[in-house]
Amino acid sequence: MNAVIKGAGYALVHTPDMVIHNGTTQTTERIVNPESEYLKALPDHLRTFEQAVAYYPNQTYIGNLTPDELGAIPAPWNEQECPLTSRYGKFGQIMPQEEFLLLMQACDVFDLVILDAAFVAEHKAALAANEIIDDSIMARIKDGVAPAEIEKAVNEEHAEGLYHNNKLVGAVKRAHDIDTNLSAHVMHENLASKASNVVAILHAIKNAGIAKEDVEYVIDCAEEACGDMNQRGGGNFAKSVAEIAGLVNASGSDIRGFCAAPAHTMISAASLVAAGSYKTVIVTSGGCTAKLGMNGKDHVKKGLPILEDVLGGFAVVLGQDDGVNPIVNLNILGRHKVGSGSGPQQVTEALVFDALDRNGMKVTDIDKFAGELHNSDVLKPAGGGDPAEGFFKVVAAAAIKRGDMEKAAMKTFVKEHGMVGWAPTQGHIPSGVPCLGFVREDILSGKIKNAMVVGKGSLFLGRMTNLFDGVSFVVEANPGKKEEEKGVSEEEVKSLIAKALKDFAAGLLAE
Amino acid sequence: MDLENQRRVKEFAEQYGPENVVVLLGAAEGEASGLAAETVTAGDPTYAGPLTGVSLGLTVYHVCEEEVKAEFDPAVYDEQVGMMEMVLDVDDIASEMQSIRDEYCKYLG
Repeated sequence: MNAVIKGAGYALVHTPDMVIHNGTTQTTERIVNPESEYLKALPDHLRTFEQAVAYYPNQTYIGNLTPDELGAIPAPWNEQECPLTSRYGKFGQIMPQEEFLLLMQACDVFDLVILDAAFVAEHKAALAANEIIDDSIMARIKDGVAPAEIEKAVNEEHAEGLYHNNKLVGAVKRAHDIDTNLSAHVMHENLASKASNVVAILHAIKNAGIAKEDVEYVIDCAEEACGDMNQRGGGNFAKSVAEIAGLVNASGSDIRGFCAAPAHTMISAASLVAAGSYKTVIVTSGGCTAKLGMNGKDHVKKGLPILEDVLGGFAVVLGQDDGVNPIVNLNILGRHKVGSGSGPQQVTEALVFDALDRNGMKVTDIDKFAGELHNSDVLKPAGGGDPAEGFFKVVAAAAIKRGDMEKAAMKTFVKEHGMVGWAPTQGHIPSGVPCLGFVREDILSGKIKNAMVVGKGSLFLGRMTNLFDGVSFVVEANPGKKEEEKGVSEEEVKSLIAKALKDFAAGLLAE
Repeated sequence: MDLENQRRVKEFAEQYGPENVVVLLGAAEGEASGLAAETVTAGDPTYAGPLTGVSLGLTVYHVCEEEVKAEFDPAVYDEQVGMMEMVLDVDDIASEMQSIRDEYCKYLG
């Protein structure tokens, strides 16, 4: 049994106030340099919701623009006027902050999120009008509290403030007096991940055309950890998201692996479906508040807007082979092993070429590669280069070193087999998976026959190992279901012919 | 530069003496190499890490620079760095590194 990709959902949440209050670049700066010029200048560099929507890479993320169309527009894209202004796209949506704060409250089942009653009254109708929010979610919205209660929670009880247009409109309370794993800061981070995940998963279900009841298993692949002091990363984001999304028949679990986690999770989910363990599995993730404004200092220094002002979420629905949707080919898996080595060449061998060699394939047999699909607008001004392009160059250079390709072909290879990056720098979010919505469509339309998705992770950040990590998988066209062979005996054929002749003769006699 | 790496560079400079430490970079492009080089010579330009306001003036090179390449066994270099040499803008990286060394290095000839 093959696993197929039935659909994908992509969500962005514009959270400018969280850039100021929750991004670690800013929270760190407030501790080490509270009077810094950067913190003073920052608010003037924040984009409005309309500006964040009318931005080419964001429009690509939700599916209103293809990567090829984006690539045809010269970067930097933040200097271009984008004529696309819809907050909804065929893959998902860009949610404004006010709707998101209400959704965070709906996602909180421990009375930790409080919102100003006037704020709730002002924006409740907007959330209800959101095309993926149903009555079950709206029923979770509370009426709100008086401003004094919010101020008391923030000023006296260590709650994390929720701001909108620089005004305190709510708070996330701590879930424990002493346990730092349940602090207001951690609860805020986790609830934001959970809520943005809900948006992505609801779009994925809609796009895949399945019923919520069909989903049997959900795997979350974000980079947050939920748990308490006795089990710091206990989990389970996946099941908590499935609850809010109304997936009554689903269980779930979390898979972690830094930026490589989505690729690891896609392979696990496809394997579960292929083995027949579950019929429909969703791979999903919400966004990360800590990374908001991560490169903000460089953006402000260069007079740019703060481009890291959105949380990202994605979800992919995998199901049993339907003879139509693209297959996740579990025979062509790349994996970086403990013994692979960490040099770029060894990494590329492990992730790309080992898998191809095992299957007798050449690098040019893969129509499209997808590595780290970071939006270069964000990283280039911060000295981070263009990781998307860098990856394709590395694959090409490795192919040249192996003698599989001429050096002169490098540029053409990068153009034809690569793609520009458009995803926000949310760690796990840009790691290959943003391409899946487009890859599914391009395979279905016959534009391409396959794509290799590579997820890479920097494990050293957790200080447990210095090893690099990554895995890869190939999505390919579905050959279609073979006609079930019907055993027709010679006798049956003879009797059918005899009957036809008899009918023919009878027809002649009647004339 | 990563705050933890800044701390380790600072500790090595204290332990072995700054004149005995060479920092070898592997950053993917010129500007990032320059920022890292500036951090271990003039101090952390982002004012965030342990090297803020600490001008170690260490000797610093990028692994793709000719001076460094000459120190390696060519076979090992080709195996470990050869591919990235093809991918990176080596000239841009080298000129960025040279300008930082000219300005801030305290221990070069």
